[in-house]
Parts: sequence; structure tokens; C-alpha cells
Amino acid sequence: MDMQATKKKVGLKEKYAHMTRGLGWETTYQPMNKVFPYAEFEGIKIHDWDKWEDPFRLTMDAYWKYQAEKERKLYAVLDAFAQNNGHLGVTDARYINALKLFLTGISPLEYVAHRGFAAAGRNFPGVGPRVACLMQSLDEVRHAQTQIHALSNYNKHYNGFHDFKHMIERVWYLSVPKSFFDDAFSAGPFEWMIAIGFSFEYVLTNLLFVPFMSGAAYNGDMGTVTVGFSAQSDEARHMTLGLECIKFMLEQDPDNLPIVQKWIDKWAWRGTRVLTLVGMMMDYMLPKRVMSWKEAWEIYFEQNGGALFNDLARYGIKVPECLSQTAIDKEHISHQAWATFYQYGGASDFHTWMPTDEEMDWLSAKYPNTFDKYYRARFTHWRDEAEKGKRFYNGTLPMLCQVCQIPMLFTEPSDPTQICYRESEYQGEKYHTCSDGCKHIFDDEPEKYIQAWLPVHQIYQGNCFNEGVDPTAPGFDPLAEVLKWYHVEHGRDNLDFEGSEDQKNFAAWRGLATKNV
Amino acid sequence: MQIDLRTVSIKPVRQTFDHIARRFGDKPASRYQEGTYDLQQTDIFHYRPLWEPEHRLFDQQRTQVVMKDWYALKDPRQYYYGSYTIARARQQDAAEANFDMVEERGLADTIPATFRQIALALLVPLRHVEWGGNMNNSFISAYGYGTAITQPCLYHAMDHLGIAQYLTRLGLVLEGPAALDTAKDAWMGDPRWQEMRRLVEDVLVTQDWFELFVAQNLVLEGLSYPLFFDHLDNEFSTNGATAISMMTRFMAEWYAESSKWVDAQIKVAAAESAENRGLISSWVQHYRERVGKALAPLAEVAFGERATAVLGDVTADFNSRCAKLGLAI
Repeated sequence: MDMQATKKKVGLKEKYAHMTRGLGWETTYQPMNKVFPYAEFEGIKIHDWDKWEDPFRLTMDAYWKYQAEKERKLYAVLDAFAQNNGHLGVTDARYINALKLFLTGISPLEYVAHRGFAAAGRNFPGVGPRVACLMQSLDEVRHAQTQIHALSNYNKHYNGFHDFKHMIERVWYLSVPKSFFDDAFSAGPFEWMIAIGFSFEYVLTNLLFVPFMSGAAYNGDMGTVTVGFSAQSDEARHMTLGLECIKFMLEQDPDNLPIVQKWIDKWAWRGTRVLTLVGMMMDYMLPKRVMSWKEAWEIYFEQNGGALFNDLARYGIKVPECLSQTAIDKEHISHQAWATFYQYGGASDFHTWMPTDEEMDWLSAKYPNTFDKYYRARFTHWRDEAEKGKRFYNGTLPMLCQVCQIPMLFTEPSDPTQICYRESEYQGEKYHTCSDGCKHIFDDEPEKYIQAWLPVHQIYQGNCFNEGVDPTAPGFDPLAEVLKWYHVEHGRDNLDFEGSEDQKNFAAWRGLATKNV
Repeated sequence: MQIDLRTVSIKPVRQTFDHIARRFGDKPASRYQEGTYDLQQTDIFHYRPLWEPEHRLFDQQRTQVVMKDWYALKDPRQYYYGSYTIARARQQDAAEANFDMVEERGLADTIPATFRQIALALLVPLRHVEWGGNMNNSFISAYGYGTAITQPCLYHAMDHLGIAQYLTRLGLVLEGPAALDTAKDAWMGDPRWQEMRRLVEDVLVTQDWFELFVAQNLVLEGLSYPLFFDHLDNEFSTNGATAISMMTRFMAEWYAESSKWVDAQIKVAAAESAENRGLISSWVQHYRERVGKALAPLAEVAFGERATAVLGDVTADFNSRCAKLGLAI
């Protein structure tokens, strides 16, 4: 029967093509450029979407099956963790502050990634990349939720987690990660893919997600580390998508090269600046350290990233131009950032502290060129002052970089004793940036960056107080009023770890769990 | 009998996050609540989108529908990612078993020729309509407002992709890759499919995301799913084409579940104000006519001279569904 002949076995690759790109069509009742209105305005030229190589071949039925299996296991662990007071098993309650940084600074970004990839999954005219982006969008909502669910148990017992959605939009340092994702989402779909799909997920993920999750493993946090393990295979898919995307753009037209190179330079620098927060977490906030920030940078960026850029060299891509500055910065930024957070410990939603002698020795060993020379004396001084009851809190507000929004805390590449400032002029106004990298980004798109909602400027403009607060009233305390507007509970969420409610509760509960009282 | 394990009990400092407590009080919250409410940023954005500078990144103005609180649109299934994937994994297990059975026993060969032709002519081209459903729901997930509705819209988008893939497999089982080519040609050129394709393409360029929701999830699905996966399915199973029913069981179950979610959205949005109710009702009227016109030639393929009657039944059921939702249609 001829029926049999037509029913020959269809190969996997061919079958997957039928299941995805076979679904699309060239519209004729509506023009394609109306159905896909955002495909061209960035100047990227794509001639043949069929040349897209699917980075992974996963049909929906297989996706549901694998992911559901992972969810069942993950939530079983989270339930057990909550039931058995797993939070009391962490090395030391200082560790929990790293989780606060994660929940307030990173989980909300996973959510924005979900929305951004949904947009990318609607906007590319090619079916292959759309399906891959939609699966990533789905994974990202997973990551936001599993992180929130894992940290929900910490929120029940510790301060600082309690209003993360309100805080990401307001708290001064959280505008750093927030503006990064706002920047990417407000760009077009191709830049989004370079910013998040490639730079963030491929180049930088080992320096962001991995340090937090490894930190959890090193510090006895079984709940959070299980979230990390469970996300690993998702992250691997995201990395292959980011890489395929950049290769596809470069292969489609030589005119795409300068645009892609510009975006790589921009997002590598923007990402590096955000990672300052991770560097400080690794060097100062983990009681049991995984490795130093400098070591992580060398392995994951300089070595692994170097190999990646060698691979991309055949398309004409050069290593990001910021590399010479980051080679200097890696010795400094974690110390400079922690010094800043320590001083402004009154205005943040987590606790800060000065390292012990033993920890300072570790920092000296890891940073032989810089720690003793530039930072140890300052930190020892602050610690001595705190012991005398004069814990130092900086009552002024720092100037912020117009692009990365980090306070002006970084030093000149040529002189670690001089704060680095750069200045640009646009439409008769002066704008300040923290580095050549940020100045360069500003100068390329000033009309975008002048819109930035800079927390310090906003405080000075009176936009960060609750309704009805009168800044001219006698005895007006601006910091106290800003904290109320942030929903930061003064004396509970902020200030030094020493003497905090978290410290006391953890000690009391651990005693309850390990001693017979 | 019950045994009591003793655990060290610690009194929590608080029960849930503040944004959840502000809505429901400080008591233990569900994973759906903590994974949904107020997750989307609402107040402060740094830059206007290059692609739509007249709006903010997330903006209530992208639809004419007005809600005081977009989180009133909750999902009665309480799907967050974990519960969603676990529910679908269970359904796909059943679907897989059905496809296995059809393929292993060669059940496709037992389907009477007439009904095989009907399935090839209707269900296989339908995968392109499903793909449109994926695109529309991913649009809402990207540009809609409030996680309560944007989250399930992504799940809905992925469900449409899954269904498009089941329909593709159905074509492959019945006739191999040639079935897909024939169906694509029909989709692009057969006059019987052109009203449908015109409708789908018109909906693809619709900018008001709630209108899109009404057009796609309420009207198009509300009329076509009962037609294809209930009425036509009955024809299949009563005429020896049970193998086809087995391969489309997922769709029938999925529609029963997801339409409850769609109903909940429409009902709450329409009850919010007379303006919303008027707007949604007028969209329903507009798209009901267009979908009816698009389905008429397809119903003829399916039901021959009974087509008008069947479509009439489907429409009557749809009208009473809409009336229950408080719409004036």
C-alpha cells in the first residue's frame, strides 16, 4: 500500500522543525512589518530566519515533563527545609544578609527577564528564536518564583526581606540592578538579546548566579542551594540561546558587526558595574567564603570569557574594551563597595559589619597588592571606633553615576587614592559618570540616560517622602523620612549586624535547637 | 490512630511579605499568592521604551479597559510555575499514552477514509491558528498589566504551542510530513481557510491587549474549541474514528479547564464598571461575527448540510456563557 511509503520515520531534527518553524507563515492580509513592528528599527539586518540553528530541541510535552519532575523534587526539599528550621543550619546569621541582597536585588530582575523574553518571543519574525525565547521567559518566571518561595521561610524569621517589591523601585542601591534591566527592556529586541541573552546569561552568569548559589552551599543553606541546582539545566539552555543569537546576528550580515560590538562593549561594562555588589558579597558577606572576587573574575571572566571571545574573533568581534580597566578594578571594587555600604548602613535594608582579624588576614592573602595598602587601616579604624561605641554612619548622601547609578566610590585606574569622576555636557546640563566606560555609554545615548531616576537626586528634590510629610517642619529628619518611604524599618532592617534583632534571634533559636534549656 | 513527632518550634517574626500582608493580612500565604501578587513593578521606571516612547515599560494605558486593581483578575486554578507544569505534565502523560497506543496498534489505519480526510482538512491546518494563539498570548504576557493576568497568559501561550505540536503529530501519524505541507497550502490558499487566516492576521496586529484577550481567548477559542473538539469529536468517536479522539483528548480537557480561567477574567473585568462591560461586550459582538464567518466554511467540511445547525448550537451556548459573565451581547 502506498500509505506505508509516505509514513517513513521522520528524523528528530526534521520533526522538531515541523513542530516549530513549520507553524509560522508569511502573512498576506497584514504586512509582515506590521505583525513584527520592532524587527528593524535597531538596524540589525536579518536576511534569512531559516538559517537560525535551534540551540536546543525541546517540544512542549517534553518541557512540561522534565520541568515538572524538577519542581516536585525542589518543593519537597523546600518543604522539608521549612519544617525542620533549616535556616538554623547556616554558618552564621551574617550569611542571611547575602540572601537579602539576592531577594531584593536579583529575584525581581528574574521577573523582568520573564517579561522581556515574552516580548522577544513575540517580536522576532523567526519562529525558531521565538520559541526559544518563550521557553526562557517561562524559565525566568520559574526562577523568580522558586527564589521567592525558598526565601519566604527566611522572611518569616529575619528582617530585611519583607517588602522586596516596594524596595526594588526605591532603595538607593537597588536602582543599580533595576536600571540595568530597565535599560535592556527599554531597548529593542536585538539589544535585549545581547544585553541579557548573551552578556548577562552567557558571559556573566558564572559571576552572579553561581557565587550566590555556591555561597549557599558553602554556608549550609540547603534550601537556596537546591534552587540553584534545580536551575542549572535551565541556565545551560539560556547560555546556548545567548550564544546562538549572537552568532546568528553576525552571520546574517557584515553590517551587524559594529552594532553588535557596540552592544557587547556597553553591556560588558554595565554588567561589570552591577557585579560590584556580588564582589562585595563574596569577599565580605559570606562567613565561609567560596573564593575571592578577584579569583572568580580571573577564572570566569578573564579565562573562560577569553576563550569565548577567541571563538568569536572569527566574526571580527574583539574583547570588550573595558578589559584593561577591569584588570585593575578587580583588586579594589569589593573593598570600596563594602566600605560604602558600611558607612551607609543606616540607609540600607540589610546589616553590615567590619571583618574580623582572621577575615582581614584572608583578604590580605587574597589581595596582596591592595588590601593592606589601601583598605586594612580604614577598616581597622572603623572597627576600633565601633568597639568604643562610636560606630561610624555617614549622614551625607553620595553623588551617583548617571549611568550605572552606583555612588561615586570607584577610584582612578591610575591612582587608587583618587575618586574617579567623568563629566559630560548635554543640552546645556552637566552629567557625571563614574568611569570612562559609563561616560562612553552616556555619550552614545544621552537622550536615554538623562531620564535616569537617580535616588539621591530624587531625595534632594523632595520626591522620597511619604505624602503629607513637611520637609520645612522644625526637627525634620530627612533620613528617617526617606527610610519610612523605603519601608525600611529603622533599627530592625538596617544598622550594624552587631546588636541586631537577627543576631539575637538566631542565637536564641539556635540555642533552643541545639541545647537543653 | 495518630502519632505525634515533636519538633523544635519557633515563633516566626512575620507570616509573609508585606505586599501580600497588605492585601490578605499577616497570615501564612499560598505559593500562588507569594509568586503572583505585586510581582510586576508599577511605580518607578528609569527610561521610556525606545519602541514605544509614549508609554512606560509597564503601563496601564495599553488597553482601554480600566481596573482599579489589576490583581482582581486572579486565576481560579492558582497556577504558578510549579503547579502549572505539574498539571500539564500529568496531562501530557495521558496524551503520550494515547499517541503510543494509536501508533503501536496501527489504529490510524482503522479510521474510515471520510473521517481521516476531515481530520486532515480541518485539524491539521488548525495548528497555524494555534500558533496565532501562542503569539497573541505572548503579546499579552509581555505588554499586559499585572502578574495576575500576564503570568497565566504565558502559560496559555505555551499551551497553544503544545496543542499546535499535538496537531502536528496528528498530521504526522495520519499521513506523514505530506499532511503538513497540504495543510499549509490550504491555510495559505484554500478559500475555505481564508476568512480564518484573515481574522488571525488582523488579531495579530491588534494593539489593545485586553481586546486581544477577548478576541483570542474568549471568542475564537470559545467558538472553535466546542466546534472542533466537542461536536466534531463526537462525530469521530461515533463513526469509528476514536483514534482521532484519542489524539485530541488533551485539547478537550484543556479547553474545559482554561475556559474557566478565561471566564473569571472577563467576569471580573466586566463587573468593574459599565464602561468595561460595554467595551468588552462590543468586542465580543464584533469578533463573534467574524469568527462565525470564518468557521462557516470549515463547519461545512465537518458537518455538511448540518453545518448551520451545529454552528448555531455552538453560538447559542457561547451566547449563554457570555450572558452568565454579565456581558450584553
